[in-house]
Amino acid sequence: MPKLMQHTITVLVDNKPGVLARISGLFARRGFNIESLAVSITDDPTVSRMTIVASGDDSTLDQINKQTSKLIDVIKLVDYSQIPIIERELALIKVKAEPVHRAEIMQIVDIFRAKIIDISVTSFTIEVTGGLDKVDAIENLLRPYGIMEVVRTGKIAMARGAHTAI
Amino acid sequence: MKMNGANALIQSLVDQGVDMVFGIPGGVMIPIYDALYGREDLKNMLMRHEQGAGHAADGYARATGKVGVCFATSGPGATNLVTGLANAHMDSIPVLAVTGQVRTTSLGKDAFQEADTFGITMPVTKHNFLVSDVNDVPRTIAEAMYIAQTGRPGPVLVDVPMDVSLAEVDYQPITEVKMRSYSPHIDIDEAMVEQAAALINEAKRPVLYVGGGVITSGANEELTRLSEKTHILVTNTLLGKGAISEYHPHSLGMLGMHGTAYANHAVNECDLLIAVGARFDDRVTGKLAAFAQRAKVIHIDIDPAEIDKTVQTTVPVLGDCKEALAMLVEKVQPREETDWNKKIMQWKREFALQCPANEGALQPQCVIAKISDMTKGEAIVVTDVGQNQMFSALYYSTTKPRRWLSSGGLGTMGYGFPASIGAQVGRPDLPVFCICGDGGFQMTLQELAAAVEHKLPIKIILLNNQYLGMVRQWQELFWNGRYSGVDISVQPDFKMLAEAYGAEGMRVKHPDEVDGALARAMEINDRPTLIDFQINPQENVFPMIPAGQSIEEMMVNRPKGS
Ligand SMILES: Cc1ncc(C[n+]2csc(CCOP(=O)(O)OP(=O)(O)O)c2C)c(N)n1
Ligand SMILES: [Mg+2]
Repeated sequence: MPKLMQHTITVLVDNKPGVLARISGLFARRGFNIESLAVSITDDPTVSRMTIVASGDDSTLDQINKQTSKLIDVIKLVDYSQIPIIERELALIKVKAEPVHRAEIMQIVDIFRAKIIDISVTSFTIEVTGGLDKVDAIENLLRPYGIMEVVRTGKIAMARGAHTAI
Repeated sequence: MKMNGANALIQSLVDQGVDMVFGIPGGVMIPIYDALYGREDLKNMLMRHEQGAGHAADGYARATGKVGVCFATSGPGATNLVTGLANAHMDSIPVLAVTGQVRTTSLGKDAFQEADTFGITMPVTKHNFLVSDVNDVPRTIAEAMYIAQTGRPGPVLVDVPMDVSLAEVDYQPITEVKMRSYSPHIDIDEAMVEQAAALINEAKRPVLYVGGGVITSGANEELTRLSEKTHILVTNTLLGKGAISEYHPHSLGMLGMHGTAYANHAVNECDLLIAVGARFDDRVTGKLAAFAQRAKVIHIDIDPAEIDKTVQTTVPVLGDCKEALAMLVEKVQPREETDWNKKIMQWKREFALQCPANEGALQPQCVIAKISDMTKGEAIVVTDVGQNQMFSALYYSTTKPRRWLSSGGLGTMGYGFPASIGAQVGRPDLPVFCICGDGGFQMTLQELAAAVEHKLPIKIILLNNQYLGMVRQWQELFWNGRYSGVDISVQPDFKMLAEAYGAEGMRVKHPDEVDGALARAMEINDRPTLIDFQINPQENVFPMIPAGQSIEEMMVNRPKGS
């Protein structure tokens, strides 16, 4: 089995109806795996930016780049596997918070520089931002208390330094 | 100038140089057909099924090099077009489809004859548009035409809701298309061409493997010059027929599953494979691990996504085949014939294609070879899919580009006849032969009405074996002769059928009737002629390399004992 790699790309696309369907359709049709996908508009409202984390062997990743770039609505594709980047993901985690555990959970939240943004008699909702590893780590640490619900935005990324994708 | 969206659409097409569309109207297309009414500069050829319209546009495009345009109404009209679009997509043919759509206010409400044409056709087009504002009509048509015919060509669909057709717009012709997200031109990297030339100069056993990209880019002369300067022999794909004349001593004919034994041997033993405008389709390579194992690979292609897709390339040259070959011809050293040439020529003699003895039964190979001789390979030949297609590919020698039209990637039965209509409309000056099977012809034969109406003198060569022959062949060879679902001997009298439509009908049962029937067909110039050739039903196509296997398993002739 060829080695499966994870691979982050940023795709700048024309902000037109159907463009998300084009990308997801391409991935589905060609059997490419999407690990995460984050989409929003940019400072230019006619341009949307997608950050895609895909996985596959080298030749699949090469095909993902080429086939995606080929889509007519794709303005530019930047492959982040070779350059230093900053990557972030935001997660909201709703966890059971029995009175006996509250202090412990708050300590974990502190250590991760996360925030408790909502609270009820039996639960905390925690906001955490960071790299994928950090989000995974806090999720794992909170699991023993009883995770009730998690939502993650998917990774967004940017090159370090003055480089831009645009 | 003020006009409605439908008129703006038609005017945009005219401004883009379109003078012929193939289509069928329907409720939401009435405004567009109304805009066509009485126009002399843009004619609609009324087809009898939208699949026919799609294939006719495709055939027109292949024969002329221009964009073929087809129209269909919303819902069922659009879904009927899908096969034509998928076919053009697989073979990179520039087609523009315009479909009517329900009003924008009804979209998504399951309105009468609503289908999600935009969604359905996304995976079978190079690009598609849903026009929601009448002001976008002229630009959308201009962009669609531009996308269809530039870069690696392909079909583009424009879906036009009825209210957009009816709304008013101040029409301004679009003279230039620039899209920030699409820039098809590629500047060829000279360094890569130099590396390619170096590999060619070093190679002991090079072979050229050329595909549809050579036809599309009009690179046939450059290719022939390269082959003549270096004495490198050329094998073509199904879509590459005509890239170099198959009568040229350097031509090895087609390679692959039903390729000639000598082309396959040459590719198998080469040390350098020079792929030009070809994409290493599985019908060409068979078992990938065994394909051209000893060879370095040069891959010249306009589509970056084809590089390294299935076969690892040693030297890629990205760009238009014509430009790339022109550069390459200058940079390679001339070379004379080598032992390698002699070896291939030896194979060419040893494995020369032969027409089987007729012995009373009519053999399809002989019919095709007759047509090839009679036309000197200069006619336009349009095939359907199946044994008829492969017999034609092997026994008809194509001499020029755009004179061989066949459904390659999709393998669409029913393609041949409507595509030949498009070809004859685009090239009224050339004889057009439609070679098809009794199965495939019955999938789109209703277009006889359109061909008769327009007095198209297409020669329909029906290779009638009373079987879905290619499937029967596989069942005979690989499934112990369990003939399941292939007997189509209950069929119309094709001679009478042709006559019923107002075409000429003939029937040929004996080998000695072939010449006379073909000669008569050549004389008829005001209507289609159908010749029902009642061929040997048991005849199979050889050579054959079974699917997914290698040249080791090639059957050059019918295996003994069967
Ligand atoms: C639309 C479509 N349906 C089914 C097939 C599968 N298929 C490939 S060849 C073939 C038989 C074709 O029979 P016929 O048209 O009589 O041609 P022959 O092989 O006998 O020359 C079939 C069914 C196909 N290629 N296209
Ligand atoms: Mg048949």
